[in-house]
Amino acid sequence: MNAARMTGRRMTILAPEGMLGYGIPPRSMAEGMKRSPDALGVDAGSTDPGPHYLGAGVPFTNRRAFRRDLAMILEAAKDRRIPVLIGSAGGGGGTPHLEWTLDVYREICRERGYHFRTAVIGAEVDKGWLTRQIARGRTSPLDLDTPLSAAEVDRSTRIVAQMGFEPFMRALDMDAEVIIAGRAYDPACIGAVPLRAGFDPGLVIHMGKILECGGAAAYPRHGSDSLLGFIEEDAFVVEPPNPDKVCTVASVAAHTLYEKADPYLLHLPGGAIDLTRTTFEQLTPRQVRVSGTRFVKAPRYTLKLEGVRRVGYRTLTIAGVRDPILISQLDAYLENIRQRVADTYPDGYRLVFHVYGRDGVMGRLEHVKEIRSHEIGLVIEVVADDPDTSAAVLALARSAGLHVTYPGRKAIAGNLAFPFSPSDLKAGEVYEFNIHHLVVVDDALELFPIEIVQT
Amino acid sequence: MRRTIGDIAAFVTSKNAGPFLLTLDIVFPDKATYERFKALKVLDRVTVAGLYGVMAEDVLKIIEFDPAHAVKITMRRAWGSGAVGEGDVYGAQQHVPLMEHAVPWEDA
Repeated sequence: MNAARMTGRRMTILAPEGMLGYGIPPRSMAEGMKRSPDALGVDAGSTDPGPHYLGAGVPFTNRRAFRRDLAMILEAAKDRRIPVLIGSAGGGGGTPHLEWTLDVYREICRERGYHFRTAVIGAEVDKGWLTRQIARGRTSPLDLDTPLSAAEVDRSTRIVAQMGFEPFMRALDMDAEVIIAGRAYDPACIGAVPLRAGFDPGLVIHMGKILECGGAAAYPRHGSDSLLGFIEEDAFVVEPPNPDKVCTVASVAAHTLYEKADPYLLHLPGGAIDLTRTTFEQLTPRQVRVSGTRFVKAPRYTLKLEGVRRVGYRTLTIAGVRDPILISQLDAYLENIRQRVADTYPDGYRLVFHVYGRDGVMGRLEHVKEIRSHEIGLVIEVVADDPDTSAAVLALARSAGLHVTYPGRKAIAGNLAFPFSPSDLKAGEVYEFNIHHLVVVDDALELFPIEIVQT
Repeated sequence: MRRTIGDIAAFVTSKNAGPFLLTLDIVFPDKATYERFKALKVLDRVTVAGLYGVMAEDVLKIIEFDPAHAVKITMRRAWGSGAVGEGDVYGAQQHVPLMEHAVPWEDA
């Protein structure tokens, strides 16, 4: 047994929720704070909601809900004088997302008279810098076969890099009490404090992987909730502060699978964690102890890049079809609409029919080919280079859809049931992910400027 | 007789693993069921590709994860998340062909 184990060195981290702004249950927060955590860490971002938010520079969480949760966290941190670490601020973790987060943060501090020494860490990647890294052969594809090109970088609207633990640790060295970071590896906001205190990186990172999703690793798995992590020298323990939930070996082990391509080897900035020797034990009916996870340092320090490009502007309409004569010849009907639209607008747009009741959910992966429903939900979507073209093409598709005829038609007044007026909805800028690559860096801090601000 | 994976497993779920991968998790209720399923050796890349109508090389990994009594399948996404024309940004409703796949299973 080593000395630290004998002294019982232990650190407690509370993750108030898995996504800042999804709703912290007050009882969970209060119970969690009773365990005297050494830090509060919360992840605020993801690529899961799709490419729009990174591109448009807007959050995917609601401002009011975000403000409520952040105020609750700051109040708890102020009382106990413990650091607050926020990763991937504003969702996408780019500069406008940081500014949005800071705006809400400053509003809370001003109203409540809070004064925190605050570190703000940027994560946007300069296009010129990245283009030079391509020329130096320092980028490589991830989950895609396409190498990164200078043209693709140039076409991007916004590019961020996922920071590792190091920028958070550096901000802690600078005595930051609150850290608001741009795009970050999800566990970094959980693990920076214990990693800086010298705990085993494999265990810290694995604990971070579990805590960054908040209460998701506890059963019953419903609603946004909190999770406590207790790191020791040779293991960590997780426990839900919500007394109605439990962590079981099954709940924690299953969570290790969640959203991961390979649960035995999880890559991160500067290395990976290896779970081939990990063991999960039920310590008490509500606590699971995890040990054996090892950190494997990478020969070269790499960062994950995420970028999006704008592909146009979307207008859409939603309609229902109930007529069985029409449903029986739906493909010919949709093709007829497409032709009518092409007669007026030959190109310069994409017209998409999402056919709910057939393959709206799975598209080309759907193996049920026939329509089994008595009604069909139709979403007609147009993406074009400018908003006016998008609206014009959609308007024509909608009116053609309403009025085109088909063999055996009885319902000559109209083919579609619109649930809304106006029927045509402008959905704004459309983005697609175009960068999902790795870049080698010499210094884990070089892409992430840290600024200290006082509130 | 045959039973579906959905009947045998506790959970069958799908989700993005990043914007370009889809990952499917089959979590069994206990070690015995998990071991029995593993012993069947009924899930390989060709079978999974057949369920989804994709190429076998698009099924990247099938991993048995003992600590969770789970089998994980990772596939290339047919489209990037949020690409124009795709219908499931989070990839959360792509599990059904796997859930409805029937395998030889005699009731104990």
